[in-house]
Amino acid sequence: MDMLKKFSGSSLFLPVVALSVLLIFNTLFVDGFLTIQMTEDGHLYGRLVDILNRSCSLIILALGMTFVIATSGIDISVGAVVAISAAVVCTLIGGRGDGVAEMPMSVAMLAAVGVGVLCGMWNGLLVAKFKIQAVVATLILMTAGRGVAQLMTEGQIITVYYKPFEYIAGFLPNMPLPTNIFIALAMVLLVAVLMKKTSIGLFVQSVGINPTAARYAGINVTMVIFLVYAFSGLCAGVSGLIESSLIRAADANNAGLNMEMDAILAVALGGTLLSGGKFYVGGSVIGAITIQTLTTTMYALGVSADQLPVVKAAAVIIICLIQSKKAQEMFDKWKASRHSQQKNDNKAVFGKAVKQL
Amino acid sequence: MSSKLNQMIASKYFSFFVTLALFVILYGAGMAIYKGFMRPQVFLNLFIDNAALIIVTIGITFTLIIAGIDLSVGAVLALVCMVLAWLLANTGIPLGLAVLLVLVMGTVFGAVQGYIITKFDLQPFIITLAGMFFCRGLTAVISQDTIQIVNPDWVALASYRIDLGVGFISIGAVVALIMIAIAAIVLGFTKFGRAVFAIGGSESSAALMGLPVFRTKVMVYAISGFCASMGGLAYSLIMLTGYNLHGLGMEMDAIASSVIGGTLLTGGVGFIPGALIGVLIQGVILTFISFQGTLSAWWTKIVVGALLCVFIIMQALITEQKSKLSSKRSMEDNNNPPQAATAAQ
Repeated sequence: MDMLKKFSGSSLFLPVVALSVLLIFNTLFVDGFLTIQMTEDGHLYGRLVDILNRSCSLIILALGMTFVIATSGIDISVGAVVAISAAVVCTLIGGRGDGVAEMPMSVAMLAAVGVGVLCGMWNGLLVAKFKIQAVVATLILMTAGRGVAQLMTEGQIITVYYKPFEYIAGFLPNMPLPTNIFIALAMVLLVAVLMKKTSIGLFVQSVGINPTAARYAGINVTMVIFLVYAFSGLCAGVSGLIESSLIRAADANNAGLNMEMDAILAVALGGTLLSGGKFYVGGSVIGAITIQTLTTTMYALGVSADQLPVVKAAAVIIICLIQSKKAQEMFDKWKASRHSQQKNDNKAVFGKAVKQL
Repeated sequence: MSSKLNQMIASKYFSFFVTLALFVILYGAGMAIYKGFMRPQVFLNLFIDNAALIIVTIGITFTLIIAGIDLSVGAVLALVCMVLAWLLANTGIPLGLAVLLVLVMGTVFGAVQGYIITKFDLQPFIITLAGMFFCRGLTAVISQDTIQIVNPDWVALASYRIDLGVGFISIGAVVALIMIAIAAIVLGFTKFGRAVFAIGGSESSAALMGLPVFRTKVMVYAISGFCASMGGLAYSLIMLTGYNLHGLGMEMDAIASSVIGGTLLTGGVGFIPGALIGVLIQGVILTFISFQGTLSAWWTKIVVGALLCVFIIMQALITEQKSKLSSKRSMEDNNNPPQAATAAQ
């Protein structure tokens, strides 16, 4: 009982419960949801692997977004940066029909990630140096970014026939899982090590809680904010590689569309307050997987991609309300006034929130 | 001389005059390069083509003045177009009622957003971002294909042109101009307008002064929703369709127009006629691109984004300059009290 209480108070409670509910729902209503098969060439195959595969780019985006939100900022340009990065890698490799790359793939990949970092640095410059609100600063890139991607691809969808390009989001020979899962794992591990071994996490957190106090404590606030956005750009660049490799093409209009919303949702679901401060990397990762499971479930239920935002928008608002201090105060007051029914109501309210998730 | 310059920069309308000068220069350059710019109709077309954007910008300006933001306007506009088209295509209700319904819908949506933001003390951008996705999704739920509007009255209204002697303008443009006038009067000369500016300057001070902060904030978001749905009607008059991707990225255009027109993103400062000029500048850029002929339409977005950047950075510098000036003035206060009044402005 005590452990249960401890768990329900922890930051992982909400994402884990949401994920379990979704998984249980899927197990009950989707045939063969849990089966994982081994194909002849040694690849694992199944719905769960599929979800994990698809959620990789979101996990990486959510990592970057977690830090940005922790400094009480926001980066709504990540979707557009994904499109730019995808455009860069595909134009550099080139859409030649005979499957020959115009540039070595490693150069193209580095360039794509580099452009992502540049975009992030641009955001960081605007937010940290010029003190522009994060929403507006990143809004510029959110809309102009797709224009840039469009110009790079000259309005075309560039399809890449170069074989090794598939490997980024596909199976390397003799590997049981797709490469992008390893990429995501590596990024998560990198962040985890940085958190454990350095005080970067503490810096970010203190900037988010009170930038003035952080400055007096000797933290270079401008630098921290700048780096956080640059890292978010890096994550978006890597995501762009995966997204373009998944469809083997660069689609400036649709690559990374609505992904900023998913990333924010994943971070919020993971227990990080949107007003900044304390952040939970692990929560964000589980949040990202939850979002992808939700997306897959919705597709299975016959909801189309452009209708899906309705559900996600509702989820965002509910999570915001759950996080909101004022809503909690009101809830506490209401709880006190209906003390006798407390337990039942609590369950009902929570059940409703989960259902709507 | 330098003190005069400083005073000019510190003036509330400095940004507006910069914008106006930019517009005149751009238009002058257009006239010098392309003969077509000379025709008065080209100027009037700026209003016809940008009627929806002008109206949406009015609403955005209100939210920016209270240091909020409304990212949902483009999506609300699309939803209004779609609902109107759907109502006219699938139900027998009269046109007037349908128009009224979509206006009420947009306004209520804005008010609900405002209520959630104010009541639970949430960041406006996250709620309106959710609102944006919600409306876009809802538009797709109604129909994923384009719905044509064939209602004869609406089509007649769309093609109606008012002759001005040197050219003509559309109904949408007239509505936009009327709304600009109303908004300028409301912001400049009413209690409500003053409350809006006061909240933008400092919300807690406004509350301590006894201003109805809660009501005003909700009303501001309702106004933004109303303007977005009015913009939707104007957009529908141009497009005569309902489609999921209508007004994509319009929130950015509207915010850019407002900022270029002198609205401070930190709140408390805004000027409706400036916002109008902001829209017209974007219109001129678009006209340039269409006269030029070979540039892709995407250049508009990039140029507008760049312009927005320049103006935001200019604002940041002006604000810095101003705070320097006011601290200097307050030091001089002892010798020269009357100047304090001008500095306070």
